[in-house]
Amino acid sequence: MEHYLLPDIGRPGKIGCSLPSLDVTPAELPPKELLRQELELPEVSEVELVRYFTALSKLNYGVDTGFYPLGSCTMKYNPKWHEDVAQLPGFASIHPYQPIGSVQGALQLMFELQEYLAEITGMSATSLAPMAGAQGELASILMVKAYHHTRGDKIRNRILMPDSAHGTNLATAAMCGFEISTVPSDDRGNIDLKSLESMMNEEVATLTLTIPTTLGLFDPQIAEINQLVHQRGGLLCGDGANLNSLLGKVKFGDLGFDCVQLNLHKTFSTPHGGGGPGSGPVCVKSNLADFLPSPLVAKNGKDYTFTSPTKSIGSLGAAYGNFGVMVKAYAYIRSLGAEGLKEVSENAVINANYIKEKLKAYYHLPYDRVCMHEVVFSGKRQKAKGVKTLDIAKRLLDYGFHPPTVYFPLVVEEAIMLEPTETESKETLDAFIDAMKEIVRDADENPEILHTAPHNTPIRRLDEATAARNPDLRWEMGKT
Amino acid sequence: MNPKEYKYTPEHEWICPEPGDKGRIGITDYAQSQLGDIVFLDLPAPGTQVEQSQKIGEIESVKAVSELFTPASGKVLEVNQLAIDEPQVVNEDPYRAGWLVRLELSKPSELDALMNSDEYDELEARLREESPE
Amino acid sequence: MSSPYLPNTDADRRAMLQEIGVSSADELFQDVPQKFRNVQFKLPPPLSELELKEELRQLSDRNANLDDYACFLGAGYYRHFIPSVVGHIIGRSEFYTAYTPYQAEVSQGTLQTIYEFQSLVCQLTGMEVSNAGMYDGSTATAEAALIACRITRRNKVAVLTTVNPRYSEVVDTYVKAHSIPLEMVEPDSVDLPLDCACLIVQQPNFFGYFEDIKTYTGKAHQVGALLIVIVDPISLGMFRPPGDYGADIVVAEGQALGNPISLGGPGLGIFACRKEYLRQMPGRIVGKAVDVDGKTGYVLTIATREQHIRRERATSNICTNEALVALAATVYLAALGKSGLRQVAELCYHKAHYAAEATGKLKGYSLVFQQPFFKEFVVRCPTAPQQINQALFQKRIIGGLDISHIIDNGMLLCITEVNTKREIDRLVEILGAM
Repeated sequence: MEHYLLPDIGRPGKIGCSLPSLDVTPAELPPKELLRQELELPEVSEVELVRYFTALSKLNYGVDTGFYPLGSCTMKYNPKWHEDVAQLPGFASIHPYQPIGSVQGALQLMFELQEYLAEITGMSATSLAPMAGAQGELASILMVKAYHHTRGDKIRNRILMPDSAHGTNLATAAMCGFEISTVPSDDRGNIDLKSLESMMNEEVATLTLTIPTTLGLFDPQIAEINQLVHQRGGLLCGDGANLNSLLGKVKFGDLGFDCVQLNLHKTFSTPHGGGGPGSGPVCVKSNLADFLPSPLVAKNGKDYTFTSPTKSIGSLGAAYGNFGVMVKAYAYIRSLGAEGLKEVSENAVINANYIKEKLKAYYHLPYDRVCMHEVVFSGKRQKAKGVKTLDIAKRLLDYGFHPPTVYFPLVVEEAIMLEPTETESKETLDAFIDAMKEIVRDADENPEILHTAPHNTPIRRLDEATAARNPDLRWEMGKT
Repeated sequence: MNPKEYKYTPEHEWICPEPGDKGRIGITDYAQSQLGDIVFLDLPAPGTQVEQSQKIGEIESVKAVSELFTPASGKVLEVNQLAIDEPQVVNEDPYRAGWLVRLELSKPSELDALMNSDEYDELEARLREESPE
Repeated sequence: MSSPYLPNTDADRRAMLQEIGVSSADELFQDVPQKFRNVQFKLPPPLSELELKEELRQLSDRNANLDDYACFLGAGYYRHFIPSVVGHIIGRSEFYTAYTPYQAEVSQGTLQTIYEFQSLVCQLTGMEVSNAGMYDGSTATAEAALIACRITRRNKVAVLTTVNPRYSEVVDTYVKAHSIPLEMVEPDSVDLPLDCACLIVQQPNFFGYFEDIKTYTGKAHQVGALLIVIVDPISLGMFRPPGDYGADIVVAEGQALGNPISLGGPGLGIFACRKEYLRQMPGRIVGKAVDVDGKTGYVLTIATREQHIRRERATSNICTNEALVALAATVYLAALGKSGLRQVAELCYHKAHYAAEATGKLKGYSLVFQQPFFKEFVVRCPTAPQQINQALFQKRIIGGLDISHIIDNGMLLCITEVNTKREIDRLVEILGAM
């Protein structure tokens, strides 16, 4: 297929929709210097634009196409009726600033979702305002900062996080003006308690932990960690990216966390959309409730209203969070109930452990212990034969699978981070396992096919270096 | 492989002394191989005063960013425009055409304490053994 | 009852547990201390799809939706016409169930459409580069302020008082995190301090009228500060783009481009800037590339700015954005094209002016501002706007935004191409009869 973009198929005089004519007397035009002289946009008919975007969609791989085992992304199946329900006019066509009495249904949904998420995480209060996990993390860290300052404690300028922390954890800490210290993991993949002991002092505001870790492992020392951090005046912040392993079974609050941010587009089945929209609500214990980002939904008898916590860290957006995403997460929780949530986490954990058992003879398993909803392998055995994890990932594409996450977490050499999720069948897992085994065989017998993979995809490996050296980030129309 | 007349740092920079108390700085072959295809250089402006071991710039590849530390103190005289325009030259010829910064050295004796090429060869061999390519 | 989302049967699970070498799923949670495991969760019992659809329909029916009401409310979120084609394209599951396009070989659909989006944003705004989008207009503004501080190496942010107050609040949340002071500046007394990193203005402003923007460009650049302009993307179908008058960074709320309002979320943060700031831009960027066979493709590029590589030194912590919303905006702009967008803008302009003239003539009502405006304007009402809106609501009309805390009895009215002459006449009639 010849490659083309909108300007290539556009022609003057075409249009892709119909608009009504002006039904009022035209007004005088504003001063000329305010008006734009030229507007150069492609002009395409509806037929052509539908064919164009349809063709492009076929170059994409989604969860609906097949297995998508990206670690910590929780690429689970997106229930279809959620999509329908979110499009009901009563949810889609409502304005954030219309009279509050006229959106009580929406506020009720938000209020109940706040409650459900608090219950699921074992916390006291929820703010649905953050529009993504990273914004939820920002809220958490800002709340930690505000909490200490309010107590008159202004020397806590440091945040601790494990060496397996996600990049957003560090970027967020830096955005809030904190110094970062990394706590090493021990050879079991758990936090090195001795190091934590020596690092946890009166300058530390919080320890941020992903539980289970990005290695897919639950740190059994959590009670000791909790005690140590709190005893020395720090808070314990949770990154809830891996909540899919604990749904319906374990509460963040019970483990000692003061706050945790969630990802509705991971754990709660809302679609990833090619990179978004997401939603990153944050749940807190009562010690942090006054600092939550605005607004919260409160219930007053039968009426729902928006409130702002007394010492709120502020607003994170011009409205109330990604309501359209919340609707789908709400529907998910209501369709599962407590038992259903438990089945989710148990199936997710079974699936990951199954893959772990079947592949550990073939790929190096840095931590040979029970994993949670994801498992991390290392491609180092294959690297010794000249085959990198990148090659393995690209070759999986030829088998019709989306590769797992590669090269993260950084603590594992040639990392392969696999999260199957609970919505995959044993048949799919077996097919994937077979493909991974064949790749090991190819590493021995036919490495060239791996170095040059993928072969069967719409496009093959791209020259990213040249793309970064000479960036071409847009087409241009109308310039001489 | 690593030029005999150059001096080296443990962060994989080299410095080549030039007459008149000047020096040319770059990154070693090992460094460029670890970084992968280099796509962008962030180098200091001419006239900038720098102190030994200070971070003076950044080298970006597709998947990584590396800090550039100066092996010696002094004043930046010029930077390699060819490397800025075509960063791949740093991968292709890190010791000559891929030089990065030219300094006027303020304390030339600093070079005496740096690693010589034998010592750097040893360091490189050890690192390559620990994680074979 | 087995869940439709759990494909494994009990037999499958038993077989897998056997392979793993445990007798129950609970054994796999052995690292979780016993006392934390299997606790009680108080949640409503599960309902089937049929039952839930009914419950949710009832919840949605308790909301007055804009399909059933005449709407004259804007203030950053707008009811514009969405061509049906948009929903059908973004409803294709290859688009909406895909992840961030890190594996370019199987993500060319997402990547190429982002490239189109970036291009369309640049064409609209007159700027040189755009990113793939951010959360919403307010956070795009906040991130622009932080980037300006980074670029200028200064620690002060100035915001014009005529900017949407909710945007200023969000900027404040973000800059406060860095202990950067935010100064609100009155339009007629802009005296920027020499250590100011940026001046943030909105065009047209929150009250709907056009600022004398050239003055602000001058004032900002005079002290070496960046000019950040918040725009209404629909207005750019008719009005001069900020790239033309010296903007350094342009941000916007992209909801108006083919997306339902959805109680204000998800929205779409648009972020575009000058080429020289490319490496400081937050968010994802897609670039054109060539594959080993010489075929043209697209790839996420200059990722060294982002959190997964630069970690604590990243230009932002942003990871997930609003990709599907950006896709809707792309399809919308493709469907409208050059003449369509101009037509929509002109419809808004003329209808708004028709409404303004008629409302201004009503007894007790007056237009507060004389400057040229686009689709929103402020009227001073004879009584509290809240009362007026209550009465309007009874007539199935959603009135303008009550801004009486800023302007005495002030109401910000919005007219778009969706408001018919009949609706406008009816509004005027009802207001006149009150």
